[in-house]
Amino acid sequence: MSQAAARALSAVLVARFEEAGAVPVDCAVLQSAETLLDLYGEDIRARAYVTQDPARGELMLRPDFTVPVVERHTREGAEPARYCYAGEVFRRQEEHPDRASEYVQAGYEVFDGSEPEAADAEVFARFATLLADYPVRAATGDIGILTAAVGGLRISERRRAALLRHIWRPRRFRALIDRFAGRAPVPPTRAALLASTDPMAVAAPLIGMRGEDEIRARIVALHEDAAEPPLSAEEVTHLEALLKVSETCPFALERLRDLAIDLPALGPAVERFARRCEALAARGVDVEALDFETSYGRTSMEYYDGFVFGFAAPGRPDLPPVATGGRYDALTARLGGGASIPAVGGVIRPDLLIALGDAA
Amino acid sequence: MSIKLGVPSKGRLMEKTFDWFAARGVRLSRTGSEREYAGAVDGVEGVSLVLLSASEIPRELARGRIHLGVTGSDLVRETLVQWDQTVEELAELGFGHADLVVAVPQAWVDVDTLDDLDAVAAAFRARHGQRLRIATKYHRLVRDYLRRGGVADYRLVDSQGATEGTIANLTAEAIADITSTGETLRANHLKVLDEEPVLRSQATLFRARGAGRSDAERDALQRLVEMLDL
Repeated sequence: MSQAAARALSAVLVARFEEAGAVPVDCAVLQSAETLLDLYGEDIRARAYVTQDPARGELMLRPDFTVPVVERHTREGAEPARYCYAGEVFRRQEEHPDRASEYVQAGYEVFDGSEPEAADAEVFARFATLLADYPVRAATGDIGILTAAVGGLRISERRRAALLRHIWRPRRFRALIDRFAGRAPVPPTRAALLASTDPMAVAAPLIGMRGEDEIRARIVALHEDAAEPPLSAEEVTHLEALLKVSETCPFALERLRDLAIDLPALGPAVERFARRCEALAARGVDVEALDFETSYGRTSMEYYDGFVFGFAAPGRPDLPPVATGGRYDALTARLGGGASIPAVGGVIRPDLLIALGDAA
Repeated sequence: MSIKLGVPSKGRLMEKTFDWFAARGVRLSRTGSEREYAGAVDGVEGVSLVLLSASEIPRELARGRIHLGVTGSDLVRETLVQWDQTVEELAELGFGHADLVVAVPQAWVDVDTLDDLDAVAAAFRARHGQRLRIATKYHRLVRDYLRRGGVADYRLVDSQGATEGTIANLTAEAIADITSTGETLRANHLKVLDEEPVLRSQATLFRARGAGRSDAERDALQRLVEMLDL
């Protein structure tokens, strides 16, 4: 499969996005490493190529188009806006050296805050139509449902912030829940610190940038945390049930509405899901057969904070999903200096579509 | 065609390696002057000795330019992508023990676990407007370790030497480095986190999976493996 064939197919996809009213945009291959590191953290270094420029400092070969498209929109865009693009992205493949480290993506992004669920449905339906002839199956999720559930837990704001910070790290999230619920043992070092009458008494001098006031502040916080009542077993059970929801959309909706009786904070998020289902059906998507998982996208789609979707080839676990996308309002807030722009979009990998076509 | 055995070219690692082979009837020695990196092998046919810097041995193994090599497992794991598909561990040699650990100032009485480090990283970023810096030369191993440990809001800064001094010099807040006794860490007012280390390393004999496999090479390797009782 040649890069030329993938480019040709991406041009076809972009033409379809343009027919839908999207403005084609071009983005630089070299992106500010600082921006990407601030968003994704140090982990991005394992996935992106870093290079050095004598004047501009550290740069990255673009690992995706989302960030530059958002930056462009905040700079010069007016809402509502639809953008499309196609071009190479670059990903280091330390874990999977057999996977492509340079491949074409064709993408479509919608910045329109008027009716978010309609915009979600529009993007998904457009992708479903473009992929209709390929042997792929869609999966969907909604990170906003878990966020809403955390928002309603009867815990301190400090604990809530810790959970929200680790929404995209399921194992760490789990560990925090266990600790807050009093199900994980207190490490002996922590117990000793809390029991100490003079915790700051240590022979060694304080070195480095972290100041004594910061250490004292954390000790106070740890005492407050230790005094906080545990997260109730009931709430943990509801949260676990929520994370296990994996059904077709109508059954998932029913299940989520049941759970919302016990977790009332879920209500608005579940009704957003219901409106999205209606919007999807209105766009001709077979919602009755569409899969929904609460946990979908939690490990791999860290900047998405609402609707998420992916299209993958069943029986080809060797291939990454051929298309992925979702809503990323929080990302626009972080890039736009606090002002969130409702945004939803996705990308298709033409090289994988060609690989599927060849195999078929 | 002989097979090539790569051994660290100087210091205790070389001497201990020579001792380990000698105890199994294979005598390795340096030949020529002190400055010349040439060596001889007695006691087994068809094996030649290549003296290399310990840090070059992983790459030479990966390229298949040497069939066998002795180096620290830390170097192999840091340098080689999918190391276990590139080389095979034949034997741990029982010396050159060192742990790759994460260390923080002793005065951080509130930090003993990765959980603590993560919480402090979040607070540090909120307070100082920058991510908590961890100085190391083992970027891949440490990043992978911290990802598995669920630590966020940190950044790795490169330090190829005197890593223990970076905190006092205000170029890092924490470090990840190799230590055998922890003495240098203590002398620099640092303490190791109360967690499993990033890696427990020791001198290890590796076989390159991609090195030559002619009949002569295969026979020589077989003879050596039998001599060494592996």
